[in-house]
Amino acid sequence: MSSHTLSVLVENKPGVLARVASLFSRRGFNIESLAVGPTEHSDVSRMTIVVAVDELPLEQVTKQLNKLVNVLKIVEMDSDVSVQRELLLVKVRADAAARSQVLELIGLFRAKVVDVASDAVTVEATGTRDKLDALVRVLEPFGIKELVQSGMVALGRGSRSITDRSLRALERTA
Amino acid sequence: MTREITGAQSLVHSLEAVGADVVFGIPGGAILPAYDPLYDSTRVRHILVRHEQGAGHAAEGYAQATGKVGVCMATSGPGATNLVTPIADAYMDSVPIVAITGQVARAAIGTDAFQEADICGITMPITKHNFLVQSADDIPRTIAEAFHLASTGRPGPVLVDLPKDVMQSLTSVLPHEVWPPSLDLPGYRPVTRPHAKQVREAAKMISASRRPVLYVGGGVLRSRAAAELRILAELTGIPVVTTLMARGAFPDSHHLHLGMPGMHGSVAAVTALQKADLLIALGTRFDDRVTGKLSTFAPHARIIHADIDPAEIGKNRAADVPIVGDCREVVADLIGALQAETRPDLGGWWEQLNRWRGTYPLGYAEPADGSLAPQYVIQRIGQIAGPDAVYTAGVGQHQMWAAQFISYENPYTFLNSGGAGTMGYAVPAAMGAKVGRPDTTVWAIDGDGCFQMTNQELATCALEGIPIKVAVINNGALGMVRQWQTLFYDQRYSNTDLGTHPASSRTGVKRVPDFVRLAEALGCVGLRCETAADVDSTIEKAMAIDDAPVVIDFVVHPDAMVWPMVAAGSSNDDIRVARDIAPDFDYSGDAEVNL
Repeated sequence: MSSHTLSVLVENKPGVLARVASLFSRRGFNIESLAVGPTEHSDVSRMTIVVAVDELPLEQVTKQLNKLVNVLKIVEMDSDVSVQRELLLVKVRADAAARSQVLELIGLFRAKVVDVASDAVTVEATGTRDKLDALVRVLEPFGIKELVQSGMVALGRGSRSITDRSLRALERTA
Repeated sequence: MTREITGAQSLVHSLEAVGADVVFGIPGGAILPAYDPLYDSTRVRHILVRHEQGAGHAAEGYAQATGKVGVCMATSGPGATNLVTPIADAYMDSVPIVAITGQVARAAIGTDAFQEADICGITMPITKHNFLVQSADDIPRTIAEAFHLASTGRPGPVLVDLPKDVMQSLTSVLPHEVWPPSLDLPGYRPVTRPHAKQVREAAKMISASRRPVLYVGGGVLRSRAAAELRILAELTGIPVVTTLMARGAFPDSHHLHLGMPGMHGSVAAVTALQKADLLIALGTRFDDRVTGKLSTFAPHARIIHADIDPAEIGKNRAADVPIVGDCREVVADLIGALQAETRPDLGGWWEQLNRWRGTYPLGYAEPADGSLAPQYVIQRIGQIAGPDAVYTAGVGQHQMWAAQFISYENPYTFLNSGGAGTMGYAVPAAMGAKVGRPDTTVWAIDGDGCFQMTNQELATCALEGIPIKVAVINNGALGMVRQWQTLFYDQRYSNTDLGTHPASSRTGVKRVPDFVRLAEALGCVGLRCETAADVDSTIEKAMAIDDAPVVIDFVVHPDAMVWPMVAAGSSNDDIRVARDIAPDFDYSGDAEVNL
């Protein structure tokens, strides 16, 4: 099994997330990561779904998703030709003695401090899953008090857009 | 001043505009507003059923018999959840129905209000789509969208949930002014036109094949492609098998027809698929009841798979030539493309097929004790009522016998619950079919188990003037389950004796219920038949009654079994023509099928 990243354009309507999520569970597929948000068109939301499946079941997932009436378009984002990012917020134990060491490591990862307390700093980092995992590993010895991570979002490289044509279809029906 | 109507009026006017002439339903609190304008409608006939499940199956029967969208209606909460079974059934068998449910007022949604159920959430995985209507202005468009979704592409059930306050509120969007409303379904684009290149590829493959089989599924009926299929078969001389959902898509009497494949299919049909070098699969989904153990199904065959639902292609069996499209268009295009190709030489193939067909015809053993053979009863009903009648079946042994021993010559004459296997389907589906085709004789072939699940709709039939005929094949047990207990559970008959038979093993219990008296209590004519000698006269008596529903209690031999059989999970190669008897392909000259 390997991870695949699907960008799914959906109508921005109530219940669409539930339809997509329940389809995955009903057909026996596991969502590794999910991010939903608005797009440049207010009627359209974009879901980025990372799913661990083999090639053949992936085709089934895509076809079943396509059958949902609210799904406009599905594109698989190949990691070689797309930019894939996750956001991490992590609260690390950092008293006066450890703080400079922590800040140095954070600098190496081009992460930034977004909140400071007397015994902790909160760090914001974006990047691929690998990079964020590496950051967490180096911060672990100091003591991680709390950690939250977003689902992955992805965009294809180059000038082409996956939304153009679907949005035109949407405008036609409006 | 602009004219305003209520949401409920908008609903009824929209149903009229979309051409829904019959609604099967039961009123209740949340749906009450809709029933008031419905009372005045001269174009929509409402049929008051006795249980919402009956409304759903009636809508299915209506849809399958007429090709139109069937409509059922229920109130919120338990009314809506009682529709879940027929909705799931319609989803599995791709039956176009629209279910309209009342919902608690918008402000009460999510508060666990009286008779509240999240029916959109509940039916999400078993509907093609569903809607929770938020404004009375949206009703005409939503109804139009629901009917469009149900009836186009791969048909299926669509549910429209209407909060009570939406139906009570006023709207200036008048259905007759906006009809047809523009649909807002940007993500719904079913592909119906097959790709020409794929069709040419398929034609070449057909031309080069030596042992092809047309594996025909229910999609051929849904796309109304029976006439085209016949042309294709006769043009090429390719043998046809029709699945349980496709019975009637190709005439049973046709010399190219090998019968039904699958768990209880004919030896010729099952074996033809196993030995084929090419399957032309039309509107069918390689269901486990057809393929048996999938890894051993049709091991030598290349696959042309045409279906309107791309997700079916390659789901269970990889296709060599996938064709996404409406079956009628696919078959029509195939006929065209085959004109340019040489016809396959099928002489040797037909020699083998005819040998299998001749050696292992469908049949049954007469019970040694002289009691009534259920297969004989069903065969005689088919012969006396004839190929123009519509037959429905429940689920179990009687369903398989109805599929095997009635000769279907016309499409849309056999309605049953194939995918879901819903016991209790037959009576309400027959009611719906009879409403849709009032001039056609409609027979429900039912079992004593199934019949006890939904017979309350006979009261509906009696009062609404829907004179269906019901043959209860009464073997006193949940027969198919009992058959499995006989074969696989050491004849330990756990909880399968229903006590409806005079030979019940339950002490002191005979004929509970008495189906004749039950029928009479429900306003029907009740008849009983216990011997072969009385079968014809009893059927004829039933055929002569056209002003009331008729129920015949056919008391049959309790141990009759359905054969042939491929045990669940086994390979189709291990088909048994009777208990412990495998076809002797050596004897039938089949040892050296040249593969």
